[in-house]
Amino acid sequence: MSLTSKTVAELRDGMSGGEFSAREVAEAFNAAVAGARALNAFTVETPEDALAAADAADASRGKGGSLAGIPLGIKDLFATSGVATTAGSNILKGFEPPYESTVSGNLRRAGAGMLGKLNMDEFAMGSSNETSAFGPVISPWKRNDGGNAALTPGGSSGGSAAAVAAGIVPGATGTDTGGSIRQPAAFTGISGIKPTYGRCSRWGIVSFASSLDQAGAMARTVRDCAILLEAMCGFDPKDSTSLDLPVPKWEAGLSSDLKGKRVGIPKEYRIDGVPAEINALWERGIEWLKDAGAEIVDISLPHTKYALPTYYIIAPAEASSNLARYDGVRYGLREIGEAGQGTALDGMYAATRAAGFGAEVKRRIMIGTYVLSAGFYDAYFNKAQKVRTLIKRDFAQAFEQCDVILTPTAPSAAFGIGEKMSDPLAMYLNDVFAVPASLAGLPAMSVPGGLDGLGLPLGLHVIGRELDEQGVLNAALAIEERAGFTHRAEKWW
Amino acid sequence: MSVNADQVRHVAKLARIAMSDAEIAALVPELNAIIGWVDQLSEVDTEGVEPLTAVIDQKLRLRDDAVTDGDCRDAVLANAPDAEHGFFAVPKVIE
Repeated sequence: MSLTSKTVAELRDGMSGGEFSAREVAEAFNAAVAGARALNAFTVETPEDALAAADAADASRGKGGSLAGIPLGIKDLFATSGVATTAGSNILKGFEPPYESTVSGNLRRAGAGMLGKLNMDEFAMGSSNETSAFGPVISPWKRNDGGNAALTPGGSSGGSAAAVAAGIVPGATGTDTGGSIRQPAAFTGISGIKPTYGRCSRWGIVSFASSLDQAGAMARTVRDCAILLEAMCGFDPKDSTSLDLPVPKWEAGLSSDLKGKRVGIPKEYRIDGVPAEINALWERGIEWLKDAGAEIVDISLPHTKYALPTYYIIAPAEASSNLARYDGVRYGLREIGEAGQGTALDGMYAATRAAGFGAEVKRRIMIGTYVLSAGFYDAYFNKAQKVRTLIKRDFAQAFEQCDVILTPTAPSAAFGIGEKMSDPLAMYLNDVFAVPASLAGLPAMSVPGGLDGLGLPLGLHVIGRELDEQGVLNAALAIEERAGFTHRAEKWW
Repeated sequence: MSVNADQVRHVAKLARIAMSDAEIAALVPELNAIIGWVDQLSEVDTEGVEPLTAVIDQKLRLRDDAVTDGDCRDAVLANAPDAEHGFFAVPKVIE
């Protein structure tokens, strides 16, 4: 078994058991990264960083941290000291932060190395990685129909998903604002978890929609997600919404015995236009959880259909405010523009932002600016925040009857590059099952369930109570053990 | 509700994004499709519902009013497109 086909847990145990050195692991993954450029998964490769962490791990002789010598991919939304951090945008090209994000710093302190920065939709706004200024990430997966269509790995954490699925990183960080970890995990046949809002510090993560943004872990197994998430989370005084709570020992708490647990099945998640294969997988998921000892209960989340429109008011509104900082003054791109449009300074702002932002980011800034503007604030933004209260209340009431909720992760399998770019609304519908949990700040996870008729992965989605990541991980583990998902994309890159 | 080209131009000005007439014209139907879709929220009865302000209940923490950071001017300026004499430099504002 090659080193690059091992899980994070296997690498950790193999290094501590002396089967192989951290340096051998780093070299194997560095070579895999360099050999997979056709995927366009990385914006920057940092092989020296991975080697340095490996040498430190080898020198520590088993006394390193919980991730000593584990090389990881870091989504390009995380500020990494001295390493270009662009959020997939032209407006941040060349930006080298003089500081490290809390989450990536936590991983470094645990002994992890960095293989590079992972490509993503620009400012995490997209569901297909096609909005990246670095070009789209190509999924390692192909349809089995004899065609050779390039497929999207999903987004916005598409580089993370493609890299894990291709086995060129054992694990990666992602961020999830409205499904950006879970949808790409489903599209590429890997696992991905977003914790409760506030578990991971947002400090040093390029902001998109601050009331929704949450970092999380992406890896091949549920156990690996637990290991990585444990190292990522923790209280941070530099983030005012960071939760001042101890981080549970999620890996030690893993158990797929669900006796006494109730799994809620929300009837509102049965929507028109979802392929029969996805609903059939959902039924299999229900059977797997029953087999693990859980009781299945029907629940209702009445405001589900309003979650996406609510999200597409709140997220752009917050984005329009957060992205006001890109003005050509302190970092990133500057364009001087033409004279005659107000002052030279105003002209520079407008020209810089016109040149630096891509079409989807501009679209969302425009929507956000509109819904926050005088005369529309109450009708749109305030209304959406009220509906958000109702969506959160739906979940609170449902969790009086159940412990976790099971749904499909996405309404389709991976689609082809270019298939949905002309219709923003069709693209937004990708996150129809993922967004409600984001609006309620709840922990949620995608775990692979099977393949569709075209040989593409489909995911199942577990949503838990606030702070109950353990319940989410355990239900996902029960699915993982029964789904027997061992499929890997055939290497073409 | 819907928007016309003049309103889109106004929003672009508020957002400080330079746009040509052609770009404005292309955005009008796109924004109207999205605005028309989010308008479905008007059918939700939110009488007496408070807008959500914190997704997880918690109090905003206060810390001691003490200097915890600073003395890193050069690091802060290192990424500036234009820095002069220890400051960010911008195009002339006052003629």
